[in-house]
Amino acid sequence: MAIDVPENVVVSKLDELASWCRKNSLWPMPFATACCGIELMATGASRHDLARFGAEVMRFSPRQCDLMIVAGRVVMKMLPVLQRIWSQMHEPKWCISMGACASTGGVFDTYSVVQGIDRFLPVDMYVPGCPPRPEQLIQAIIDLQDKIQREGTISGREFATRSRQERKRALVELPVITLPRGVSHLPQGVRVD
Amino acid sequence: MPPAAAKTLEDLAQAKSRDYVWTLNFGPQHPATHTTLRLLLMLEGERVVDAIPDIGYLHSGFEKIGEHLNYNQYVTVTDRMNYISPLANNVAWHGAVEKLLGLEITPRCKYLRTILVELARISDHLLCNGAVGLDTGAFTYFLYAFYQREVLYDIFETLCGARFTNSYTRVGGVMYDATPLVIEKIRAFVRNFPKTLEDMDRLLNRNRIFIDRTKGVGVLTKNEAINRSATGPIARASGVTRDLRKDDPYLAYADLDFQICCATAGDCFARYLVRMAEMRESLKIVEQAIENLPSGPVNVGIDERTTLPDKKQVYTTIEGTISHFELVMTNRGFEVPNDEAYGAIEAPNGELGFYLVGDGTDVAYRARCRPPSYIHFALFPHLIRGHTLSDVVAVLGSLNIIAAELDR
Amino acid sequence: MIDAATKTALSEAFPSIAWSEFRGDTRAVVPREVLFEVFKRLRDEHGFDFVVDITCVDYLNFRGAEDRFGLVYLLASTHTNERITLRVFVNEPDLTVPSAVPLWEGANWLEREVWDMFGIPFEGHPDLRRILMPEEFTAFPLRKDYPLQGRGERHNFPVLHREDA
Repeated sequence: MAIDVPENVVVSKLDELASWCRKNSLWPMPFATACCGIELMATGASRHDLARFGAEVMRFSPRQCDLMIVAGRVVMKMLPVLQRIWSQMHEPKWCISMGACASTGGVFDTYSVVQGIDRFLPVDMYVPGCPPRPEQLIQAIIDLQDKIQREGTISGREFATRSRQERKRALVELPVITLPRGVSHLPQGVRVD
Repeated sequence: MPPAAAKTLEDLAQAKSRDYVWTLNFGPQHPATHTTLRLLLMLEGERVVDAIPDIGYLHSGFEKIGEHLNYNQYVTVTDRMNYISPLANNVAWHGAVEKLLGLEITPRCKYLRTILVELARISDHLLCNGAVGLDTGAFTYFLYAFYQREVLYDIFETLCGARFTNSYTRVGGVMYDATPLVIEKIRAFVRNFPKTLEDMDRLLNRNRIFIDRTKGVGVLTKNEAINRSATGPIARASGVTRDLRKDDPYLAYADLDFQICCATAGDCFARYLVRMAEMRESLKIVEQAIENLPSGPVNVGIDERTTLPDKKQVYTTIEGTISHFELVMTNRGFEVPNDEAYGAIEAPNGELGFYLVGDGTDVAYRARCRPPSYIHFALFPHLIRGHTLSDVVAVLGSLNIIAAELDR
Repeated sequence: MIDAATKTALSEAFPSIAWSEFRGDTRAVVPREVLFEVFKRLRDEHGFDFVVDITCVDYLNFRGAEDRFGLVYLLASTHTNERITLRVFVNEPDLTVPSAVPLWEGANWLEREVWDMFGIPFEGHPDLRRILMPEEFTAFPLRKDYPLQGRGERHNFPVLHREDA
């Protein structure tokens, strides 16, 4: 259902409305493998409540959720299972890679741990930390909600065209620090952008 | 090359299947399997005829990493094994390293480590029983348990900066000494926790549904428990009165007054009750230890040349400076004998031990972890035969299988 | 630590055992031929009914080692609180060791893990398959000649893109 007229006010309002609905009712599918799984459970528990942000139920069936949170290290024996669950989810679907192990392999640069699930799956949001505090995960979900609001369409066009190699932009632009000549606290060649 | 009798998982499932038996794949992604384990259940209607466990979905090569990180770096990796009670893993690791080195730690360090292991034990039992409650339908119980764990996380965070995965111990001592604020928080916890325990007892101990779901389910007899190497609350709930804290006292346990909790029934309900009772005993231990916490240094002195001296010593005394450089520069570090040793503690899950082979450098030649969850998961097919599908969840929860310790 | 009576009884029955003690642990180096008899005697006559751990050490890079693999059996007695460490040294090409499963059921998964990680086959084991690594995996990871990062198996998987769903 691709609508060709780009300046159509009705369609863009529909896009905004659909994105607003989708972002405020993200039902997570917790793919919890290791220690980050406990922080995920703690985020869903009573002190840091994830249900306030629309993640009302943590459905364990991939057919019933739209956000997959991969929490914990993914081992090569587990990766086909992860891919199968990702492909069983219906669109629109998003993926959060929670923790250092899911994002890059973390502490475990070994023969069996996949060094970052984004080598094999499209990931929308990365949460650093080992394990990340519940507040960090909540921040990631809020940022994902902003992303959905910004880029969402009612027809799901953004899923057909986005590719994994898209350069990820930081959500907050940091200023480039200029120091007096001769003083540098950054190694050569590091850009802050 | 595998020997001739080896079969693949499919062959095994085929061999055990009959006309009226169907196979259900339970896991590795399932809410009731605590993280990644897989069970192939052969069911006849609702009744389990056999269960074939398939593990390795979280095998991260911990033991291989142990051959590349030095003794103080590896403690960060031991945190990630039984991540429900990481302080117990840290104390077990450094206990084994200090046994290999023949190092005697200070009394204050012994008491502090004892307190932290017992708090980690309370944290582990809260989660295990909470998960059993959650899996059998008692959601409020789970939330009570999780709230108390948040209070414990608060204590751990005040102590060393991390909620869990603390990496708190070092060779010959700990990372930072406990400040008065931490001690005050632990005292407050000791005062307030018994009330929550009573609330939790009232919820489930005489609850008809819970008792029906767990009594008589997954019975492990005493002889079977010994033959199959069960340790910890699982063995004690079957009548095996073994507890490393009493049989072979380490740290400060010889000075403290507490009892071992045992039961004779060996079913899920007995394991639940043993864990509740152990939480009370741990609280008693923490209470006694915190009142009698010795003063003095928490790390061993610089003569031993194993712990980093504090900064005042490094900047003002020559021995401190030398010690600091010896430990920090590459290719130096402390001397380890060319020999092997096994050190174990009574972790919340059972006997957690490390078999270490030292080769003279400060990187272990072989760091083997004896994981209680691995050995207990081998019990599962034996316990579940003849029970129904809904009992699978109750038994799995009561065995407290942590996948990271299972697979390492 | 084991009782003196146990130690004398075992040394008389099996003179080829080499004893040592280190940090309170009693270790016995047992030749592979008498291993099963030593197990049987420990279990039946001296009450060692509990297997604590079974593991292996690859001495390839160890200074001063004569044999490549050293199997370690940690046994305990629940009645008398004794513990003993048995060590067996094996070399390639013949790495077969008798299995302890007929005597203690707890040895089952422990031996499977030693097979998976080191490639030491146990004769008489009822079900010797890989347990932690995937069944298609060919190498033995904990051997010293296998690198920490592996040989590329961990990234040998298909990639799912956003367009593929």
